[in-house]
Amino acid sequence: MTSTELTRRTAAELAGVVASGEASAVEVTQAHLDRIAAVDAGVHAFLHLDTEGALASAAAVDAARSAGESLGPLAGVPLALKDVLTMKGIPTTCGSRILQGWRPAYDATVTARLKAAGVVILGKTNMDEFAMGSSTEHSAYGPTHNPWDLDRIPGGSGGGSAAALAAFEAPLAIGTDTGGSIRQPAAVTGTVGVKPTYGGVSRYGLVALASSLDQAGPCARTVLDAALLHAVIAGHDPLDSTSIDAPVPDVVSAALHADVRGMRVGVVRELTGEGYQAGVQQRFDEAVALLTELGADVVEVSCPHFPYALAAYYLILPSEASSNLAKFDGMRFGLRSGDDGQHSVEEVMGLTRAEGFGDEVIRRIMLGTYALSAGYYDAYYGSAQKVRTLITRDFAAAFEQVDVLVSPTAPTTAFKLGEKLDDPLAMYLNDIATIPANLAGTPGMSLPVGLAPEDGLPVGLQIMAPVMADDRLYRVGAALETALLSRWGTPILEGAPVL
Amino acid sequence: MPYDEVVRTFDPVLGLEVHVELGTATKMFCGCPTEFGAEPNTQTCPTCLGLPGSLPVVNAIAVESAIRIGLALNCEIATWCRFARKNYFYPDMPKNYQVSQYDEPIAFNGYLDIEVPTPEGPRSFRIEIERAHMEEDTGKTSHLGSDTGRILGADYSLVDYNRAGIPLIEVVTKPIEGMGELAPEVAKAYVAELRALVQALGVSDAHMHQGSLRCDVNLSLRPTPDSPLGTRSETKNVNSLRSVERAVRYEMQRHGARLAAGQKVVQETRHWSEALGNTSSGRSKEQAEDYRYFPEPDLVPVAPSREWVAELAATLPELPSVHRRRLQTDWGFTDLEMSAAVNAGLLGQIEATVADGADSAAARNWWLGELSRLANERGVDAGELPIFPGDVARVIALVDSGALTDKLARQVVEGILAGEGSPDEVVAARGFKVVSDDGPLLAAIDAAIAANPDVAQKIIDGKLAAAGAIIGAVMKATGGQADAAKVRTLLLTKLGLTP
Repeated sequence: MTSTELTRRTAAELAGVVASGEASAVEVTQAHLDRIAAVDAGVHAFLHLDTEGALASAAAVDAARSAGESLGPLAGVPLALKDVLTMKGIPTTCGSRILQGWRPAYDATVTARLKAAGVVILGKTNMDEFAMGSSTEHSAYGPTHNPWDLDRIPGGSGGGSAAALAAFEAPLAIGTDTGGSIRQPAAVTGTVGVKPTYGGVSRYGLVALASSLDQAGPCARTVLDAALLHAVIAGHDPLDSTSIDAPVPDVVSAALHADVRGMRVGVVRELTGEGYQAGVQQRFDEAVALLTELGADVVEVSCPHFPYALAAYYLILPSEASSNLAKFDGMRFGLRSGDDGQHSVEEVMGLTRAEGFGDEVIRRIMLGTYALSAGYYDAYYGSAQKVRTLITRDFAAAFEQVDVLVSPTAPTTAFKLGEKLDDPLAMYLNDIATIPANLAGTPGMSLPVGLAPEDGLPVGLQIMAPVMADDRLYRVGAALETALLSRWGTPILEGAPVL
Repeated sequence: MPYDEVVRTFDPVLGLEVHVELGTATKMFCGCPTEFGAEPNTQTCPTCLGLPGSLPVVNAIAVESAIRIGLALNCEIATWCRFARKNYFYPDMPKNYQVSQYDEPIAFNGYLDIEVPTPEGPRSFRIEIERAHMEEDTGKTSHLGSDTGRILGADYSLVDYNRAGIPLIEVVTKPIEGMGELAPEVAKAYVAELRALVQALGVSDAHMHQGSLRCDVNLSLRPTPDSPLGTRSETKNVNSLRSVERAVRYEMQRHGARLAAGQKVVQETRHWSEALGNTSSGRSKEQAEDYRYFPEPDLVPVAPSREWVAELAATLPELPSVHRRRLQTDWGFTDLEMSAAVNAGLLGQIEATVADGADSAAARNWWLGELSRLANERGVDAGELPIFPGDVARVIALVDSGALTDKLARQVVEGILAGEGSPDEVVAARGFKVVSDDGPLLAAIDAAIAANPDVAQKIIDGKLAAAGAIIGAVMKATGGQADAAKVRTLLLTKLGLTP
């Protein structure tokens, strides 16, 4: 099998290739490293490659196979890890200058579970600084480019992970989703991304943006691959108090059970129409019609408080972020500025933060500091929490009528690099459809449903399910994916330009 | 301003905040050990160092200890409460926020009854408890290169994070009024009682000199009990019972002097100096610090079941007030004797001395008499003297057996305090040997009788008080080494009387 053929395979297929001995894990890993060497100068999906470590863990999988040990379902499959999760001894920057040079002394729980499953971690992917952004342009290390059009953004904050999949640099990736950072990049790159139920995947070792919203999840090119990865990383972790102590929904079975007959699907009225690009709306409507054809019972559902989600989110997120990011002060790790014997400790902290943080990070720290201040707390943070409760109730009411909700994932296809960089509000609107699920802790998936006729760029459909019903995402997603594939003939990414 | 003038002119109001370090084996939010005095930064992990990505997990034993303290303080126990983040920047705060509790403490609305000795007998006060809440301790900063150990003029500072994350319970009183001139004694008695309480519960060793029980004293003066509260000062670093009393007295006099001179009291944090016996202005705060409290999103709420709370209430040990009543009955102390022992914080020492075989009256006399006098000379609490209750019991036994006179026993105690060893070692080393062979004594008595025949006749006639003259002569003849009681017995026997 050629190197190119290996990089075009799904994760499920590659695991089979390794298990059967058709190719070794080292060969699979090397094929992807070669692909990265060939295309990543243009894409810039990766911030750091762990070539040595990846080949060593691939060799370990091969050795285990030779020794006759049973391999996990993703053993020997390469993966790209978002640079917001710690990996022992490997740089973790969160896309920020302030963490330059920091090598964590410990593995995130997600990282540890990947290693234990024999997944080969190729390196760390680019992201908006501290996951603040929807375009990966806020990385201190330069933007990532969308493989569909290198002049366009790959979404954000997890643009590196999504671009790595779309550029065939890795079949699997890990993202984190605070307001859409897995789902929106998936939508604009034609890949699959899942934000699990809040608490479904451990946050231990995930450098926090907003603790009550952050959730790590799987990114892949197919629904089944995402499910296999989901099953590896999910489950209770005693190191994360907010981790749910309950059995993981059987997402793999759901992905294999591609049948939506009799399922009730709700189209969220507040997440369609005005503000959504025509081609996005068109492909979304076609996908909904397809669900009806497949036997689903589709109705329109109203979630009246969703229009307030963005405003509430931009109070809660900066409030938590302002506190979470306080630890970056140059005292114990990372960048330190002004330590010349002439400055007080307070001044060193201030200089370090001024030099180490980018504009978007500083903007949100200031917003959050203000929102939590005495005299403003009730009006801002307090009110936002009330809106959050109302949105959670909207979901609860909707899920009394339907099994899943659907909407377009993002209002537009990938926009041009630089287009919205100076307009924070326009940038924030990218996440208008994904934020409600973060506020309510419900799971969501983005699935490619075609290319917008006007620009030929991928469109994503979002599926949302109740808390701990992540399996429904995979069931609906797999059914749509199968039907679309038979309609298209080839996977959507085969239509992307050859890099 | 002279103290009696202060109390004639003003009415003092106190508020006491006591931090109790719990004696749990592990820290509040991680599994690190809590041992005191370990090598700096050896008892740390990603969580208590606040490394990016780390998360807290609540120590269940700490919660249990907090509830038991709350119950012993007659508090209501929250059915549901949360932790909150207190945000401020300081190098010994690993995350630049402290996980504490804000408006939802685990225990609230309680009281603690105390007694304060007065010349007219003990007076009872009921100290109302506002709240008892859980929080984590900070690290410890040492400023080096200056004479004062303060940050000003230091060449460099070192931070030890071993203490970071040690569980603390902060017990806060409501304003304490109606004390008048007894305010310093009330403060001291309250802290002593609280210390006895947490020791009885077994939740903390409550060593003030090691900082495992720390007191902040808030004090204000007002013209009359009907006047609104005056401006308060908050005095920190009050690290012994004696200091509590002295700091209150000092601050009352300082406030009184300012107010009498028409000056305002500045609301500020002040630092108690044990050596100088005064307070000085702490870090100046240009404005009231805004800690931007908000619920800690990394932790789930604490919701102790009523069954658990009832079980903890039912299994509380004998509390100090009950324990004291029992001891008082056993020992036959008067109210005055008992409250003197309690107020001196020496009940535990007396109890331990009695447990080692001493008579209760003798134990009381030693601790409240000679040992308190010696402690006072050294500027420490008697409980902090380097002498064990077992040593005191041995000294008492030596006196009882006639092996030591009171005078020699006091010298033995001084020897023990000087580090010369155990009572028997000091006796041996200093060559203290009471003349106990009756032969030489009887000879000395015969000689004394022969020299004072008229006195001897008076004794025979029933004037026993006259015996002193002969006993004195015998003591002089034996160089003070004879046991006076024994001489008396031998003398009376010799004269044909019943001793």
